[in-house]
Amino acid sequence: MAQITFITSDNETITLEGKSGSVMALAVDHGIKGIDGDCGGVCSCATCHVHVAPEDMSKTGSASQIEADMLELDDNVNEFSRLCCQLEISDSLDGIVLKVAN
Amino acid sequence: MNRIVYLLVKNGYLSEIKYLQFCETIEDILFKKLSNKEYHMKKSELPDPFEKARLDKGYGIMNDQNDPVTMLLRHKDVRKSAHNYKTFQSGAQPGRIVVPSEVNIRDTRQIPFEVDPPLHGEYRAIIEPWFKRPLLPEYQEKLTAQISTLVDWILNKDSLEVVNEFALPLQSRALTLLLNAPFSEAETWISWGTHVFRSEGEALDGDKANILYNYIDEQIDRALKNPGDDMYSLLLSSEFQGKKLTREEVKGVMVLTFAGGRDTVINAVTNSISYLAEHPEALERFRQEPEIIGKAVEEFIRYFSPLTQMGRVVTEDTQVCEHAIKADSRISLCWASANRDASVFETPNEIVLDRKINPHVGFGFSHHNCLGATHARQILKILLKTLAEKVGSIEIKDCKENMEHLDEFERKVGFNSIHVKFKSLT
Repeated sequence: MAQITFITSDNETITLEGKSGSVMALAVDHGIKGIDGDCGGVCSCATCHVHVAPEDMSKTGSASQIEADMLELDDNVNEFSRLCCQLEISDSLDGIVLKVAN
Repeated sequence: MNRIVYLLVKNGYLSEIKYLQFCETIEDILFKKLSNKEYHMKKSELPDPFEKARLDKGYGIMNDQNDPVTMLLRHKDVRKSAHNYKTFQSGAQPGRIVVPSEVNIRDTRQIPFEVDPPLHGEYRAIIEPWFKRPLLPEYQEKLTAQISTLVDWILNKDSLEVVNEFALPLQSRALTLLLNAPFSEAETWISWGTHVFRSEGEALDGDKANILYNYIDEQIDRALKNPGDDMYSLLLSSEFQGKKLTREEVKGVMVLTFAGGRDTVINAVTNSISYLAEHPEALERFRQEPEIIGKAVEEFIRYFSPLTQMGRVVTEDTQVCEHAIKADSRISLCWASANRDASVFETPNEIVLDRKINPHVGFGFSHHNCLGATHARQILKILLKTLAEKVGSIEIKDCKENMEHLDEFERKVGFNSIHVKFKSLT
């Protein structure tokens, strides 16, 4: 079980609880604005781009090469960027804060 | 070789038994090679004609109506160039970024497809919510009902030609949902045949394009007279930079909607059927693990790459893969080649139904990624789910491949016709 907080581009803060699956799927199921997850989580669309709160980067880790290549060509990319389809929900993500990038 | 073996055996360095074992090994290799080749002759397979050129130099040259195209073949180059709209523009002369070029058969600019950022984004924002409607449950219910009816119908037939009797009606009926048009309109679109701009044996068919243009003109007139809740009416009431969209702009969006999702969807549907015919275990897997269907759809799109390539016009002298490209010439982003790039995809020539990391460019990439992708994904997801529920096996009787002739490359994109027999799941 993990509590995950999303902050959307219009500064709405939503905290959701998830047990398993990807963070992207959790966000899409709850209609988080700016997380579309068009490709269903195979890292081909970049419509689930988030900025991880700097203090939470140790929990999420950094992007894989394929994910980083994808992010490199996306708008609003920074050192805290992740595609949240690549974040698997587990206890270790409990309490993280994600700012929706687009 | 014979002499070496003779001398080895004669002088006792190689026993006859060892020699025979050696021959057996060779035979074994040959057998494996041959059966491998046979495997490669599966009807559902789409070979990758770009591999050598992609590895050797990274590009290919295709002549097209005296306006040659440098085809970019590597995943990285394709994505970078798709993203770089300033050097590789879409907003050129209408029809020029399409390969083969359509400059001789149309003047209408397709919108937002042939517009560059930032205007592109403004146009796209007008229609994006409309093209996301396939995510709504009621849209999916209607699409499921359509596909279910069609699949029930084919189960009762002894033989079925998939392209014209299944994929085309499926695509046309589904399009009535995307346009929110009456179901009966599908009959008109089916009567146009499988291509809107292309017809068999002729890459560019101006007469067919006129059928579409005249039809869209009539529909715009109808919507002007009696506004409703269809896509024409939505566009006619929309504003771009504070002004109502012009008739030409509305037409540009509608032409794109009709043309972009025609033979692409038909090829994706047809190729899916032929794959399932030769891989009945995939149907069984969808029954057991329906949660992988979303990933399977992405994998089908990668492998089939229903749109081989899309062009751009180069705005300044530049180079790709150390190859100089002059301003005002054309490049293309070869999605089909990028999707088989072994530096990105493991076992690129195999369909891995639950491929987990799949950064394919089958729906294009960056600003101009496919507007109809949400609709196309729903069609394929619902199709796979419905087939898994109802179909036990599919037998291919005969087929004619649909080959694209791209100068130095020949690419199979699907079938001109494929006769099959469906057996229901009992």
